[in-house]
Amino acid sequence: MANQYDAIVVGAGHNGLTAGCYLARAGLKTLIVEKNDWIGGAAVSRELHPGWTYSNCSYVCSLLRPEVARDLDLGRHGLQVTPYEGGLSFMENGDYFGYYADHDALRREIKRHSPRDADAYDRFSRFVLQQCRFIRPLLLRSPPDPVRMRPRDIQELLYLLKRFHDLGPRQMADTLRFYTASVADFLDEFFECEILKAHLAGSGIIGTGLGVYSPGTAYVLLHHYMGEVDGSIGAWGFSRGGMGGVSQSLAAAFKEAGGEIRAGNGIEKFLCREGKVVGVALDNGDEITAKTVVSNMDVRRTFLNHVEDGTLSDDFVKAVKRFKIRGSSAKLNIALDGMPDFPSLPKGTILTQGDMHASQSLDELEQAYDEWKAGRWSKDPYFDMLIPSLIDPTLAAPGKHMMTVFVQYAPYELANGESWDGPNRDAMAESVISKIAKYSPNFRDLIVHKEVRSPWDIEREVGLTEGNIFQGELTFDQLLFNRPVPGYAQYRSPIKGLYMCGSSTHPGGGVMAAPGANAAREILSDLGRGQRAA
Amino acid sequence: MNKVLKNSPTRQTPVQVPRGLVPTPFHARLEPANITQDWMGWSGFLSARKFQSVESEYFAIRNQATLFDLSPMHKYRIEGPDALTVVNRLLTRDVRKLKDNRVGYAVWCDEDGSTIDDGTIFRFTDTHFRLCCQEPQYTWLCDVAWGFDVTLTDESETVVGLSMQGPTSYSVLKAAGFEGTEGMKPFDIHHFDDGIMISRTGFTGDLGYELWADAEAALPLYDRLMSAGKELGLRPIGYDALNMARIEAGFMVTGVEFQSIHHALRPTRGRTPFDLGLDRLVHFDKGHFNGRRALLQAKEKGPRYALVALEIDGNKPAHQALVYHKGKTEAGLITSALWSPICKRNLALAMLKAPYGIDITADLKVEIYHDKEGKYDRAMVPAKIVDRPFFNNPRRAATPPALC
Repeated sequence: MANQYDAIVVGAGHNGLTAGCYLARAGLKTLIVEKNDWIGGAAVSRELHPGWTYSNCSYVCSLLRPEVARDLDLGRHGLQVTPYEGGLSFMENGDYFGYYADHDALRREIKRHSPRDADAYDRFSRFVLQQCRFIRPLLLRSPPDPVRMRPRDIQELLYLLKRFHDLGPRQMADTLRFYTASVADFLDEFFECEILKAHLAGSGIIGTGLGVYSPGTAYVLLHHYMGEVDGSIGAWGFSRGGMGGVSQSLAAAFKEAGGEIRAGNGIEKFLCREGKVVGVALDNGDEITAKTVVSNMDVRRTFLNHVEDGTLSDDFVKAVKRFKIRGSSAKLNIALDGMPDFPSLPKGTILTQGDMHASQSLDELEQAYDEWKAGRWSKDPYFDMLIPSLIDPTLAAPGKHMMTVFVQYAPYELANGESWDGPNRDAMAESVISKIAKYSPNFRDLIVHKEVRSPWDIEREVGLTEGNIFQGELTFDQLLFNRPVPGYAQYRSPIKGLYMCGSSTHPGGGVMAAPGANAAREILSDLGRGQRAA
Repeated sequence: MNKVLKNSPTRQTPVQVPRGLVPTPFHARLEPANITQDWMGWSGFLSARKFQSVESEYFAIRNQATLFDLSPMHKYRIEGPDALTVVNRLLTRDVRKLKDNRVGYAVWCDEDGSTIDDGTIFRFTDTHFRLCCQEPQYTWLCDVAWGFDVTLTDESETVVGLSMQGPTSYSVLKAAGFEGTEGMKPFDIHHFDDGIMISRTGFTGDLGYELWADAEAALPLYDRLMSAGKELGLRPIGYDALNMARIEAGFMVTGVEFQSIHHALRPTRGRTPFDLGLDRLVHFDKGHFNGRRALLQAKEKGPRYALVALEIDGNKPAHQALVYHKGKTEAGLITSALWSPICKRNLALAMLKAPYGIDITADLKVEIYHDKEGKYDRAMVPAKIVDRPFFNNPRRAATPPALC
């Protein structure tokens, strides 16, 4: 009976672990299988060079739902998220833009660059906060299904409509425009200052195969603002010990609830019989049975790679194929022998404790996207660079630093069918390092070790299709009841007993743990074990 | 890639904006005078909450003369051939009717008729105005002035202000050698050769003036007044005492009595000038202004709220209390409250939801909690709506003012 469980979760990413926690706590004998020797998926900390711990994939935390952290007692299990303040953009003219957390300092700084924009920032913040207020309550609710229109769907649609209506007539119009607008157009409505717009625009393209002028990217910015750290909406923080701290605390909660994790073997396929799932076959030949199987893998990987052909309808397969999971980003993790000098910044500035960028304008960002379309990585890339070891003492020895650099754009398929492995990956890394070195003369000399991750590396290691960090792009056509497939937005699949709990489902990626929690709620409702799903 | 830097970053010392609260140009005098070192933030500036004690500073407003540093107020110069048109589009009141060198109290609204802020408009000529207000408005002014021939200048940091309020304030002006102020009526402006400008305005409902100067002239102005006022009881005061006089005078504060629509997250928090009892400041016969159409509708429908002055039984200030009708239906909330030492009454301003405060004005009670050494006592205290201002002394408007 060793290979018989009530529920199997495939993939020990943070959503798989979250779903596993809720299932195990409801009394199900739950197993999580993981292909890697370690757990965490894209929320992982690894020591790839002795003395330095990298947050290899995701690197900052804001969206993790506080309800989940409280339900699962993640604080007791070791989760600690420390908010960071500051942030900056280096400027080519030798100046810089400082994104101070202190409201007065930020107003003075914006005024230094553009007097007109100083109080425009307040209006921008207010608009974004209004949108956050609208969307945040939806994160831990299953979206309605307008295809099926059962009473629960009608009820949920009415809830959605009521919230929308509560925005008031002017906000309703603005909201619809906002969800379909480009981040560049959105920022242009508020600001004239190029460096300020470039600084803010990054949030609209991260992880997305779209440019700052592409419709739909304004929402991606909101997605990065709707989180919180302890009630401070929009704040971001560092997980102590790196993002693996999130997964480790979830794993501890899971084990305490009686759950079991098997790492080191991925699944070969979902075992199905007569339209029902009966278990999984691992790549080492083991077969494990369960009536409930939950996939933490993205929707493409789940249904195109691990379900036997002919099991699913052509329409469903087609819808899965058309779900956009495009690789657009790369990542550098760098071990530094000391803190790099940034001569254009004031001595002792706190700004380096936050996210650092060097994009000068919306046009520059758009040009970086043009190269992605042509199958090339951006020669002048957008980067989101942080040095978490300035705040977290556990990542490197005193005086040493860990730097994480998120890079965009990097296409999954290079022009002429070239390989990412080898010279291309090195050349991409060099374009990033040389851009950083423009602002830090001693940066190169401080590099002790680096991990460079192309979209291929991310896909191979983490399992994310094309290395897409959100398990599918966060554009309006792929949100709510359209995520991931119309008719299957409530975590179920065409195969009875097979559920989805990854970021391909509502409300999407960003280390929220909401898909995992929502999926578990639906599963327990089907099993008659939980409260009726909302 | 590898664009060449226009200026090598190593050549210059990087600029850094100040973090935290910064001193105003008067700080060199105010800091040593502040025995309590009790400061607060006001638009990013250090502003005194009190200097010695709130009580003594309050009584100085009503008994002698006081100086309050107004410099953190936002000040905008609106100048050019279209200045009058722009100001009249911005504000709900008709500034054509305001004479040159006069000050007017004003509010302004967004296109839904919700109030953005209140403040004072200084009309120097029909091509030169200054707007003085609590919240930053530069972006909004740029929006309103789009397409018109005006120049907007943010003078918040280059112009300083001192509010000199109290019965001996005119005597201090005389002693300081400001000639020609005897004929100034309330809201008059007087310019002096040395660039100093005086308006007979204030926030206390008492005799008083506001003195405006370039930032460089701040300390000489302060010294001149303090030396002239030495025998007239002149002293600097902090916000707490001023706020007491402000409530007695019945003035509202943005962010306290109502929320600026530019900050409110909930659209229903917007308040029209009618909700605030400012009907007299809305002039529909002047042509287009921001919010006109919405305000016409709002006028027809009648106000949704009423900002009222309450006199409450007992002596416990009703801070943040709820107001009930007949002791059970919630009618609104207290926005400002104090025990008034000069009126000897328990006073408050309250925002009531219609029909309370409009059609229903009787049977109001205020729910007051007071801490009795670790135990809360709850009292439902009768309150009645009274006229504003609570404090009204003829010396406020006497022209020429009495010399003491």
